Amino acid sequence: MNTREGHSAVDNPSVGIVPLVGILALQGCVTPHIEHFKKVGARCRSVRSEAELSDLDGLVLPGGESTTMLRLLKVNKLFDPLREFVSKKPTWGICAGAILLAEEVKNPEQDSLRIVPIRAERNFYGSQLDSFKAEIDISGIDHKVSVDFIRAPRILPLNDSVTVLARHEDAAVMVRFNNLLCSSFHTELGADSSLHGLFVRECLV
Amino acid sequence: MDLRTGLANMLCNGVIMDVSNVEQAKIAEEAGAVAVMALERVPADIRKQGGVARMSDPKMIEAIKAAVSIPVMAKVRIGHIAEAQILEAIGIDFIDESEVLTPADPDHHINKKLFKTPFVCGACNLGEAMRRVNEGAALIRTKGEAGTGNIIEATRHMTMITNELRELRGKTGASLEDKAKEFRVPVELVQIVAESGKLPVPNFAAGGVATPADAAFVRQLGAESVFVGSGIFKSENPLAFAKAIVAATAQYDRPEVLLEVSRGLGEPMRGLEMSEIPESEKYAGRGY
Repeated sequence: MNTREGHSAVDNPSVGIVPLVGILALQGCVTPHIEHFKKVGARCRSVRSEAELSDLDGLVLPGGESTTMLRLLKVNKLFDPLREFVSKKPTWGICAGAILLAEEVKNPEQDSLRIVPIRAERNFYGSQLDSFKAEIDISGIDHKVSVDFIRAPRILPLNDSVTVLARHEDAAVMVRFNNLLCSSFHTELGADSSLHGLFVRECLV
Repeated sequence: MDLRTGLANMLCNGVIMDVSNVEQAKIAEEAGAVAVMALERVPADIRKQGGVARMSDPKMIEAIKAAVSIPVMAKVRIGHIAEAQILEAIGIDFIDESEVLTPADPDHHINKKLFKTPFVCGACNLGEAMRRVNEGAALIRTKGEAGTGNIIEATRHMTMITNELRELRGKTGASLEDKAKEFRVPVELVQIVAESGKLPVPNFAAGGVATPADAAFVRQLGAESVFVGSGIFKSENPLAFAKAIVAATAQYDRPEVLLEVSRGLGEPMRGLEMSEIPESEKYAGRGY
């Protein structure tokens, strides 16, 4: 059996596949994801260089500050390799990560990977005082999930190729586009690992 | 986890920069700061000019808040609940109850649980950190001597907290009760920290960070993010220093990157040796 750090489901198609999920770790909320992924049976790797993207089964672009991440992606020559990665492999963009994946970014306009046909409006709900918690239904999960909106963006689908997986007060808050998931909220700060479990299943497909 | 600690988690692996006007705030944002700390005088100037240091003019804070898309923090004096209420009314993203300003209450810190806005507080050791967490702080930072460009005190505090956490880990029963008495916090909190081996909120470094190497150093000691005060706008080339410190914070354990970003930056802030500062002018002893 292949036991090297980077082995993937593709290398090892036998029973008990343990997918390897990367977490972009240039800036933002990384550690809480590792604990959730461990709980749902995945291994994790922090990603801060192009080499660390190789042989991952999926990638999380975590919450944090999108302006900082964007700058660090460019400084570390990760922008193009990441664009390449997300065009093929399951990737879940959360809050700032969803902004990075968006085709259009407003308030203010800024560069992004321009992959998912959504418009992300930064800080749509206001400042930290306007951050809030909610219990929402998410397609594919059989119970209401407790989620956190922290200085969250609004995500607006730009066409029908985008499937809405969750809404809050009629607005889309989680969407799918091919192999990509975007959520404007966080679940990693709470105890519910079901969305991490859902993402790990995507990584096994 | 509450929303206040949630925001603190989003700031991890980043740099929070002190800025004194809109122009500096924009430079910080462009350089990749995760947040800015709006204050009229950076600690190096507060130290030089003396007098009572208070919360900054709300007008200046509001102008900075309007100019950038990243979170904005501001400082209040230790214990000064009215200054904190004013900052909350502005809609500030984070309040620093800071020893850099002149303390307002000789016996008490702010009861931070009464605010919706998250607070960051300084700590030299684990007991102080846990008292602040017990009062509702969403984030802890070291109390390195601000405005000195000298990293030694931040190093001391970060190492102290790491060692005390290690010592506490796995302890049970009566020894936890003793620690709770010593720290002046409920035993339940001591139990949580003893079980997890870490603070229930993120732990950042602050005070004395002047170069990319300083930022990388405190990160290697365990700081999850770095506050940089006077180190950027008192340097010869603020934008270059700011960008380099951001890059070094992200790749703190990769010497080849640290070398790359450290090369040819120009003069850092001048800095002060600790023995040049009279005991009465040291900030770390402020607070209880």
